[in-house]
Amino acid sequence: MSLLKEPDYGTPAREGEATVEVTIDGVAVTVPPGTSVMRAAKQAGLDIPKLCATDSLEAFGSCRLCVVEIDGARGTPASCTTPVAPGMVVRTQTEKLGKLRRGVMELYISDHPLDCLTCSANGDCELQDMAGVTGLREVRYGSGVDAGANHMDLLKDTSNPYFDFDASKCIACSRCVRACDEVQGTIALTISGRGFDSKVAAGAGVPFMESDCVSCGACVQACPTATLQEKSVVELGMPTRSVITTCAYCGVGCSFKAELRGDELVRMVPYKDGGANEGHSCVKGRFAFGYASHPDRVMKPMLRESIADEWREVSWEEAIGFTARRLREIQAEHGAGSIGAITSSRTTNEEVYAVQKLVRAVFGNNNVDTCARVCHSPTGYGLKQTFGTSAGTQDFKSVEKADVILLIGANPTDAHPVFASRMKRRLRQGAKLVVIDPRRIDLVRTPHIEAAHHLALQPGTNVAVLNALAHVIVTEGLVDRAFTEERCEEVAGWETFIARPEHSPEAVAEITGVAAEDMRAAARLYAGAGNGAIYYGLGVTEHSQGSTTVMAMANLAMATGNIGRDGVGVNPLRGQNNVQGSCDMGSFPHELPGYRHVGDDDVRDIYEQLWGTPILSEPGLRIPNMFDSAIDGSFRALFVQGEDIAQSDPNTQHVHAALAALDLVVVQDLFVNETAKSRTSCCRARRSWRRTARSPTPSAGSTGSAR
Amino acid sequence: MVAERLTAAGADVVRTGSRGMLWLEPLVEVETPAGRVGYGPVAPEDVDGLVAAGMLAAPERPTRRAETSDSPEGGRVVHPGPASPAIRHGESGVYLGLVEDLPWMRRQQRVTFARVGVVDPLSADDYVTHGGLTGLRAALRTSPTAVVEAVVESGLRGRGGAGFPTGIKWRTVLGAEADVKFVCCNADEGDSGTFADRMLIEGDPFTLIEGMTIAAHAVGATEGYVYLRSEYPDAVETLTAAIGVARERGWLGERILDSDLTFDLHVRVGAGAYICGEETSMLESLEGKRGQVRAKPPIPALEGLFGRPTVVNNVLSLASVPAILADGAASYAALGVGRSRGTSVFQLGGNVARGGIVETAFGITLGELVEDLGGGTASGRPARAVQVGGPLGAYLPVEKFDLSMDYEAFTEAGAMLGHGGIVVFDDTVDMAAMARFAFSFCAEESCGKCTPCRVGAVRGVETIDRIRTGQDREKNLVLLEDLCELMTDGSLCAMGGLTPMPVRSAVQHFGEDFTR
Repeated sequence: MSLLKEPDYGTPAREGEATVEVTIDGVAVTVPPGTSVMRAAKQAGLDIPKLCATDSLEAFGSCRLCVVEIDGARGTPASCTTPVAPGMVVRTQTEKLGKLRRGVMELYISDHPLDCLTCSANGDCELQDMAGVTGLREVRYGSGVDAGANHMDLLKDTSNPYFDFDASKCIACSRCVRACDEVQGTIALTISGRGFDSKVAAGAGVPFMESDCVSCGACVQACPTATLQEKSVVELGMPTRSVITTCAYCGVGCSFKAELRGDELVRMVPYKDGGANEGHSCVKGRFAFGYASHPDRVMKPMLRESIADEWREVSWEEAIGFTARRLREIQAEHGAGSIGAITSSRTTNEEVYAVQKLVRAVFGNNNVDTCARVCHSPTGYGLKQTFGTSAGTQDFKSVEKADVILLIGANPTDAHPVFASRMKRRLRQGAKLVVIDPRRIDLVRTPHIEAAHHLALQPGTNVAVLNALAHVIVTEGLVDRAFTEERCEEVAGWETFIARPEHSPEAVAEITGVAAEDMRAAARLYAGAGNGAIYYGLGVTEHSQGSTTVMAMANLAMATGNIGRDGVGVNPLRGQNNVQGSCDMGSFPHELPGYRHVGDDDVRDIYEQLWGTPILSEPGLRIPNMFDSAIDGSFRALFVQGEDIAQSDPNTQHVHAALAALDLVVVQDLFVNETAKSRTSCCRARRSWRRTARSPTPSAGSTGSAR
Repeated sequence: MVAERLTAAGADVVRTGSRGMLWLEPLVEVETPAGRVGYGPVAPEDVDGLVAAGMLAAPERPTRRAETSDSPEGGRVVHPGPASPAIRHGESGVYLGLVEDLPWMRRQQRVTFARVGVVDPLSADDYVTHGGLTGLRAALRTSPTAVVEAVVESGLRGRGGAGFPTGIKWRTVLGAEADVKFVCCNADEGDSGTFADRMLIEGDPFTLIEGMTIAAHAVGATEGYVYLRSEYPDAVETLTAAIGVARERGWLGERILDSDLTFDLHVRVGAGAYICGEETSMLESLEGKRGQVRAKPPIPALEGLFGRPTVVNNVLSLASVPAILADGAASYAALGVGRSRGTSVFQLGGNVARGGIVETAFGITLGELVEDLGGGTASGRPARAVQVGGPLGAYLPVEKFDLSMDYEAFTEAGAMLGHGGIVVFDDTVDMAAMARFAFSFCAEESCGKCTPCRVGAVRGVETIDRIRTGQDREKNLVLLEDLCELMTDGSLCAMGGLTPMPVRSAVQHFGEDFTR
């Protein structure tokens, strides 16, 4: 694929039906109310010159390049800030407009270095594009020092490890400032000074690294010139091709354009079409791609007979042949159930599907489990019990409609930054936040955001707090009757249970460490919200009562009717980018793809037909069982796909002992990880930027209801 | 000082606002049965002589009280009995006779400024005695819609400079649905040569409060802000005190004058940026943000302060409303010419013999203001140019002295009334330098948001410098005109959009100054 340039509509899309018809340069186009003339024009295939506008940011109206003429309107309004009106007739190209645009470009270029050929943005510079589009041929003021006052001598801020800020090339369009504000929500940037002295400033005019900047790179992406530029582009030059891929760092699962020159990764640019991130990213996804070309990357299969041996680079034939032979030998000696595999939630659906199929159809057992076992099996279990489907109920966009957000055991600004940005945007618009977490996470109080309630509970009291909230909802008559009567089962029994005095906030205040009044207030807030949404993380699921907590949250949502539409729901914030997908694909030892139990004859029949081989009806080993069985000698070989169990699974000594006891460990990874180091016979991996398989976002589930 | 000496002489001295006759300050007015007798300018050392000559003497009834000011706003001494002949013909030469009879005052039609210079600014009783609250009471007796329609009918247009019909703006805010609406008063009077807002706030703050309260009733607002520039510390003090008095009297707060109206008012002090007098920048500043212009739409009437429907009006617009409600829209609309109804408060300044406030119906000519009222230049040299409407207003030559002071006539002449500031220059003025000043003012005060203003103003200064020093003069004059066209048509707000007005008018009317 060549370099992918996504269309820029200039201003964000407006929701609603396309009901407003306008005519732009003779082309009729119909758009939703509130759409800008600029966006409508783009939709009609007409590009209006622009510099300060980009469709990830609200219109600003500062560059004045996008001026148009509108029948019946005075002057030459900016098309970015002018909404369409029914019957509007717009002209985007007239002699007068051409002159105005050239005049604006003449001013810009009079204060801009003319080093285009050696500039790092050469070929990817909107200022350059606009000079071309407007037909600028002469700068009568002179340029830079010849013109007079200028910013040519401003110093470059290279303090950030990932990007440079070259103020001499800044056109003061504020796109970076607005991206930091509107997209990321960190508000680290501002414009200092006024008039010609207007300058982009990080913090109170300090170097970027000393400011509140979190290096998410939204400013770099928004910059139309070389002012904010990735260091990798400065060093390597412009990329020439793009590959769409999914970031594997966290549970958000952002879509990216990996931009390469040849096979060299030049930069990662978040992909606008990615539903999880819609063109935004965090520092890791955008800048932490050093692993792609790291010298430690394992590019060829490697093998060693014992841990005492040196790694040997081998051919794929030898690696595969060795592995297959050893697995069969071990099964012959110790039984079919003596081997198994662990799938990775950081790989694609297809890859996970292949591993579980390998186990079931080739190994002839069900010894397959997923790393999601450790982080989110309570989610799978709890949501299946309550809603019938092991899936979060919303996509990430849903948060834009939430009015009250219950955030439980999660710290999104650190762990799910891109989702946190979306949540913060909604909170800044006025949605209320309740944080239930022992930690005083950033969202409790951060610029322009303050939680309405922070229930700083004692660790281990999740269920008590959630039941107390439910108690308030039931005993204060806040249950959404219409919803529960139509859609929920066993409501009366639950209400009787939860209304018992021992569940009251007053009764649990002591063990939870949360003031009863705070719990009451939080419950009322959530129950009274137009749209109440619950988001939770490992602070829920990695407790022994994780499944019960998940069910308690589901009950809260059902009791208040906060399920089944945008802005509500019960939403797990997962640990990895494809937890949902890997579970969907049949990674659990008791479930075939689609959460269908291996004990079900009809289900097995489907896959036996498909795969042409019998499938065991007994569930296989879970990850902890695999470790235990390895130590007791009944489990002898493990295939690990994209996970470092030696480092990330609990009870490390136990895990290490299990690995040491195994006859064969096969690791499929990019690097010789700790698992491979501890005891490995075969290690192979290749992450290529050609992968096009799909991995759904972790919470791209169906919306659910209890029935 | 003057007040101290008068007090020592036994007078009851009360400081009032200014009558607007700045060349007569400090002005002392002695209240007599015949009316206010004026003395000015009075120096402290004059006082003993005046008193000895009978300034305060021979009252037919006992002295009740006296009011005055030391400097420069004038004041009054309430005192029965005419001044003695000794004073009238005294050597000090400060005796003025009845203030109402002074030609300066007789030429005026004081509606908005009716009480300024007359009342004790912070005396609620004085305010009511002089007709205060009549407008608000009338408004509260009728519906919001009726009030809005009265303001529409009066023909009142925005006195801040844009001249947008006030009633139409109010109608938009009234029709907007919102949980909260605001009334914001723009008192960031930054135009050079303007001082009417300050005079009004310092001299009759209750009128502004009453006008804003009427606006609140008319549009359904519950909260109001006055954005007052930090350069006016006395106005800040006076208005803040007046709001306190108004709250005590039940003129602000809940159930105003026993009606259902709830409205409260707060003063916010600017930080010295001219651009914050632009209404959207002012709103940003009121929200605690950088004073930067917002693009319109949305208009503030629909999405203003904190995104809520907001009336944004100038001090003079709001202060004109009580009189409209008190005396009826028709009586206000009866004044003026064409579509410029009512009165305008002109401010004479610069190189002028008699500077000050002139409130008169639209339609007086520029020449009458400058020559008849202003008495020509202070330097005594021939007047050459007059800038009307602040630093972004046009420079008009004496040939334009027959221009009628109304919105349409000025627009037609490529000029604008603005906030009514009139700055006079004599024949020593270098108009190329004045054109350069327009750009350098813009460069200094631009918010920096839009390109034509941010970069254009700086390039404008440089281009004029090249013209003045004879570098490629013809080409640079063409470039200058292109820049003016770009800024006029391309700027985001009136700051950049109007900067070319003084430049182009200077080139048009005083072209010879650019080719010397």
